[in-house]
Amino acid sequence: MRFSDEFEARFAEMVPHYPTKRSALVPTLLYAQDEVGFLSDEVIQELAGRLDLTELEVRNVISYYSMLTTKPRGKFNVQVCTNISCLVRGGEEILHHCAKKLGVGHKGTTADGLFSLEEVECIGACSWAPAAQVNYDFHENLTTEKIDKVLDEYRKKATQ
Amino acid sequence: MADVTLTVDGKKVTAPAGTLLIEACKTVGIEVPSFCYYPGLSLCGACRMCLVKIEKMPKLQTACTTVISEGMIVTSDSEEIKQARKSMIELLLGNHPLDCPVCDAGGECELQDMTFSYGAAESKFMEAKNHKDEQQWSPVVFFDRPRCILCYRCVRVCGEGMDVWALGVQNRGVSSIIAPNKEDHLECEECGMCIDICPVGALTSGAYRYKTRPWEMKHVGTICTHCGDGCKTTLGVRRADTGMEIVRGDNRDKSGTNGDFLCIKGRYAFDFANHEERLSRPLIRRDGKLTPSTWEEAFELIGKKFAEVRDRDGGAAIGVIGSTRTTNEENYLLSKFARVVLKTNNVDHHRTADFPVLAAAVRDKADATASMADVFTAPAILLIGNNPTEQHPLLAWQIRNNVRLHRARLYVINSNPIKLRQQATSFTEIAAGAEGKVAAFLNGADAAVDVLVNSSMDREAWIALREKLRGEQNLAIVFGSEIHGTDLSNLVKFGSGISGAKFVCLADYANSRGAADMGLYPDLLPGYHPTAGNSEFHREWGDIPQAAGLDLHGMVDAGKAGKLKVLYVIGSNPVGRLNIDPFAFSKSFVVVQDMFLTETAVMADVVLPAANAYEKSGTFTNTCGDLQLVKKAGEVTGTKADFEMIVRVADAMGFDVRKLVPFGGGTHADMGQSRGAQSGEADRHAVWLEAHGLEPKMSPFDPTTILDEIQRLVPGYDVSRMDLLAGNSQHTSLAKAGSGVAHRPESIAPANDDLFSSGTLGRYSRTLKSVVESHQVKPAEVAAD
Ligand code: SF4
Ligand code: SF4
Ligand code: SF4
Ligand code: FES
Ligand code: FES
Repeated sequence: MRFSDEFEARFAEMVPHYPTKRSALVPTLLYAQDEVGFLSDEVIQELAGRLDLTELEVRNVISYYSMLTTKPRGKFNVQVCTNISCLVRGGEEILHHCAKKLGVGHKGTTADGLFSLEEVECIGACSWAPAAQVNYDFHENLTTEKIDKVLDEYRKKATQ
Repeated sequence: MADVTLTVDGKKVTAPAGTLLIEACKTVGIEVPSFCYYPGLSLCGACRMCLVKIEKMPKLQTACTTVISEGMIVTSDSEEIKQARKSMIELLLGNHPLDCPVCDAGGECELQDMTFSYGAAESKFMEAKNHKDEQQWSPVVFFDRPRCILCYRCVRVCGEGMDVWALGVQNRGVSSIIAPNKEDHLECEECGMCIDICPVGALTSGAYRYKTRPWEMKHVGTICTHCGDGCKTTLGVRRADTGMEIVRGDNRDKSGTNGDFLCIKGRYAFDFANHEERLSRPLIRRDGKLTPSTWEEAFELIGKKFAEVRDRDGGAAIGVIGSTRTTNEENYLLSKFARVVLKTNNVDHHRTADFPVLAAAVRDKADATASMADVFTAPAILLIGNNPTEQHPLLAWQIRNNVRLHRARLYVINSNPIKLRQQATSFTEIAAGAEGKVAAFLNGADAAVDVLVNSSMDREAWIALREKLRGEQNLAIVFGSEIHGTDLSNLVKFGSGISGAKFVCLADYANSRGAADMGLYPDLLPGYHPTAGNSEFHREWGDIPQAAGLDLHGMVDAGKAGKLKVLYVIGSNPVGRLNIDPFAFSKSFVVVQDMFLTETAVMADVVLPAANAYEKSGTFTNTCGDLQLVKKAGEVTGTKADFEMIVRVADAMGFDVRKLVPFGGGTHADMGQSRGAQSGEADRHAVWLEAHGLEPKMSPFDPTTILDEIQRLVPGYDVSRMDLLAGNSQHTSLAKAGSGVAHRPESIAPANDDLFSSGTLGRYSRTLKSVVESHQVKPAEVAAD
């Protein structure tokens, strides 16, 4: 399996920083997921081989972190927080709004493959609740109008 | 290490520094409850059952992860602690199905016991339980997820203990689950360690699940009948239409050298005993067909024929092939019967190792052989040839865990990249068949190195390896059947230069060593005494033939030439296993004692249905020379132990069996009380013993009479009878072995069994068959070596 040169450069740079190879697993998984979109069987096999782990061990780690996924998802992963702070400030409403607008539920992906939706626990943006995270970007103090705009912008981005 | 003194519940406890608190408590009889803690596995601290109070520490502490320190004051039980434990159990039971009435673990479940002790019977949880149907992960392993209490014992024993790493933990928190390595199934060594280590009934075995309850079985500790390692296995038996059926094998009581280890064969491959093709009546060939007969008829015919041939053609016209799975007593008796009654030295067995040469090489050395226990403690191990992971699973376990727990140095020299290389300090790959050259080189023959050098090991590297080995102390030198004859002597010479070096010679079957020690050779009597000479055996046994007899191949030739008139085969299948021409003995009168109609038995004139090693008493000697007690567990009506059959044949020949088995000389046993509460004992014992031909030395079928003789006459077997009877293994020494050296190393034929095969026996085990078949379905995913 082939990764981009950029991935390879990062990987080669990173591994020697750790006392044991296996310690590089989590960042490697993140880089691989960013590149491939999800952690396919092929990716798992490749990384297990590189880090002297069994595929089972790699799967165990993936299953622990909700940010890591073994299933393909949309280009933009919309993660709406419904934990306490967000909840009291209308997080649920934002989530339902997104669900209606995108036509998918929790962990669903739109037919065009552009968006997937996820209800998540606290993302550490409580001071600006309600908050959502799209891929690595945060969107805060949300209202239904504001999230509409956010989603539209992403849609635009995709067509550019 | 220096000792540390602390106080637990007011008791002074002294233990070496570094000891875990939970272990220190055990030494003064204080049991701290635990689920996730398991001796010998890495610490986990997951279950919080072992919480104790330690003065000056703020919260309750886990005794399983706390190392003792000087002056520590510990309380192992108090209201606070009880409450904490009770809450832990309540949490565990929150999602537990509580299906104890149908669960396999019911009656021996650690969760059940703890719930009883702490009384966490009520629950505050109202939520629906998270149900998931049971899953079959392999022919052997089943998983019932809701019962799992996430102690991770299974994960750790499979990884750390077995070095298979087939189980893992996925997800987190309340949704954590145990997962197999192939998503919905397992690809592993099918040892069943994970099942027996599971404190609850979450992992269950295909062999035993839903069959019976623990208290409905009788439990008998005996020795595994498969490979040569001699694991203790506890068989659970219960009454069946055909006698006593074995329904379970495990070693949860950790008796014996193997502790709780067993491979798939010791744990599950007892099922050959219940195979429907099992013979249960004698068969006599009439008009070319094997037809059922009575025992009387069969013995009469055999006795007549044997005596006739001996008297007419002499003992040289009779051949005897013994077994590597019968007891020492049976092998000794057969050896004696052949010489004394049949007057022949044409005696052999399926040889898988060169014990005679080992005996000759170490007979003037004390402590020259290592026991199976030594392999776990030796500071360094040299392994040449063989693949213990497949052929000697216990030995592999001992080596692996010695490296893991004691940091032993392991030097592996092999023609294949065997799995144990993963534990090795150094792994040296050589060409197949070059093992002998290694022995020669180690012993100083520098020229031999030319054959050994390759791209990864040049001459200097070989010399460096030899120097390294020479610098070791108490080295355990373990070698497979690749090393025999002169090579073996060379290896012993090399080892003699290393202080404390001990040897292990690997043979393949459960009592291969016993067959060799008891003299199932044409040129050797028990204890490696030559047939020609004047050993104790000549004096005790009287007039026995002096000239060496024919070995197996010699017998085949004699059979073809029409010179071998009688062949007596006991528990051996040379036609099926050693590629012997089935027509070689068509002119001979052939008697076979076996469990099944093997390739050898089908050509016999008389076939006698034999009991197997799980159905008789006696002793086995493992490949290291450790002597252990074999106890009767199962029973199949219509079969007889080989011991009894040999005696009956002698009797039918008109021989005074008292000269063969000197019974009646012992004390008349005290069979229990004749009055009082236990008054039934005497009757029960007597009736039971008599039914099994086992009354203490009052019957010619009592093997302990022969054990007496073995202990008296066979060098090295004069071990403590008390320890033996207590179920401990006793290492026999070859130090005073006889001087016999004649042998034919070329007649050594390794069994080449792997984890899932076991000679002819394995073919009748459904468990082994189903595992092999399940692996064949997915040829693309070949199991790791
Ligand atoms: S049966 Fe043995 S090898 Fe297989 S998962 Fe269980 S412990 Fe591991
Ligand atoms: S399956 Fe059994 S051994 Fe494994 S974690 Fe669950 S309870 Fe523990
Ligand atoms: S290692 Fe050998 S003796 Fe032990 S259980 Fe397996 S086959 Fe039996
Ligand atoms: S609760 Fe939503 S970001 Fe913390
Ligand atoms: S036994 Fe100590 S935490 Fe489980």
